Amino acid sequence: MLRIENISKTFNAGTVNEKRAVSGLSLHLEPGDFVTIVGSNGAGKSTLFHAVAGGFYVDEGSITLDGKDITFVPEYKRSRVIGRLFQDPLRGTAPHMTIEENLALAYLRTSKGKAPFSRISKKDKAFFREKLVLLDMGLEERMSQPVGLLSGGQRQALTLLMSTIVPPKVLLLDEHTAALDPGAAEKILALTKEIVAAEHITCMMVTHNMNQALSVGNRTLMMAEGRIVLDISGKEREGMSVDGLLAQFKERAGRALDNDRILLSR
Amino acid sequence: MIFITQTALELGFMYALVSMALFLSYRVLDIADLTTDGSFVLGMAVSVSLAAAGHPFLAVPAAMLAGAAAGFVTAFLQTKMGVPSILAGIVTNTGLYTVNLMAMGWSSNVNLLKQETIFSLFKKTGIGGGWYEFVLAAAVVAAAGLFLVWFLGTRLGLSVRATGDNRDMVRASSVNPVFTITVGLCISNALTALSGAVVGQLQKSADIGGGTGIVVVGLACLIIGETVIGRGSVKRGVLAVVVGSVIYRFIYAVVLKTKIVPIECLKLVTAVIVAFAIAAPTLRTYAALRKRIWAASRKKGGR
Repeated sequence: MLRIENISKTFNAGTVNEKRAVSGLSLHLEPGDFVTIVGSNGAGKSTLFHAVAGGFYVDEGSITLDGKDITFVPEYKRSRVIGRLFQDPLRGTAPHMTIEENLALAYLRTSKGKAPFSRISKKDKAFFREKLVLLDMGLEERMSQPVGLLSGGQRQALTLLMSTIVPPKVLLLDEHTAALDPGAAEKILALTKEIVAAEHITCMMVTHNMNQALSVGNRTLMMAEGRIVLDISGKEREGMSVDGLLAQFKERAGRALDNDRILLSR
Repeated sequence: MIFITQTALELGFMYALVSMALFLSYRVLDIADLTTDGSFVLGMAVSVSLAAAGHPFLAVPAAMLAGAAAGFVTAFLQTKMGVPSILAGIVTNTGLYTVNLMAMGWSSNVNLLKQETIFSLFKKTGIGGGWYEFVLAAAVVAAAGLFLVWFLGTRLGLSVRATGDNRDMVRASSVNPVFTITVGLCISNALTALSGAVVGQLQKSADIGGGTGIVVVGLACLIIGETVIGRGSVKRGVLAVVVGSVIYRFIYAVVLKTKIVPIECLKLVTAVIVAFAIAAPTLRTYAALRKRIWAASRKKGGR
């Protein structure tokens, strides 16, 4: 499915601020994998996502998706098959455009996107409405309102819908519930699990919630200093506790987990 | 009074195309496109030169094409070459000065004497009577406005709008911002050139200095229109620029006639209006903060 082979990325190379964000990282995902990722601040989680999504090209190594080498495919082309949600719910939607227009934009990834002068049809509207109903937020009644009027949780739900309305091959969730209030966060996580399961999307999720890291998905990764230091799944994962996970981290990374938000969220 | 109204309506509609172009570049794409001055004169030069050569109709699409080419250069500089967007416009604008002279046969102005223009040909059809110039200008603006509203509702148009609204999101939804910025600037400069083309044929002349400050005037019209009509949908925006442009030209005509303000001062007045209108949100925030600080200091003093 997704094969990341030995990738490295250094920022500000040759300056005092040189930072090797990801170093010699390899990761293979099976179709339908739902991987959760935890790690310290600056462990390279977001850099890994950026590398996969194409925000920059890696310095070394290669990335293959479904047998196709995408190492040097530009970001906007990768986004046809890679969906992405950020922590900031404002990043995923266009505030001055209506809900309907935002969805139409996301729908560009389909074959319809190749007809640049086509307009939003009645059929499209009915389809969008049907999808919005699944979010259970009443957004289907507000389709012609600008997205800027929605709450953070509603915007993140809409972004989730937009990135999965055409099921992507890989969905990258970068702490996509961290900036929401607890109720909304829970709702978005439930929706995420529902949609990912229904569409069999291969998924990676960064989280700072250790319980979530073990309970959601089928595989857990821990990152430190640009590497994967722990990769557990199956029986080993089932038997793992949060304390066990922290102990493992200390052992493998050589120091305690210093992500303050992780510690606070325990 | 009728004369003033008629002039204001004619010019208002014709220059509304510039504001429409700025609505697309400045409001929709969020790019301050300073190519505007140059592409207005380019449209004028191409249009009048071709009309002088006996092709008044061909002149209009040719002028638009030339404008689109100018927009393409600006877009290329900022998307592919990493030139900051404002500088890209200035660079193209400077280069256009020479191109414009060339389009006018290396002369600083071209005049139409007895040659036909789209206006003189339209007059012969008898439509509109004494208002034929206004009717034709209004028809051109209506066509351009309808096109813009239609275009911004298509999938490509939605991508252009999203590029100006949230660039992060655009890249994550398989839209290439390089392409959408290029398309947007080509269309906006084609509209600016169309304005120049129509104005040139109406005045029966093109002048190398004819576009000086037109970008600020266009912005003034845009802001006046948005103040009167309000902001929101694309339809409202397109209507606003036409209304704003007519109001501006009406004020202009009244000033010209009554000389309340010396006509030489009008550009300065326009610049001041635009500066204040764009600065308004910042000034408002600052005033509110000052007020709070003042209230707080009074409270402390009273204790």
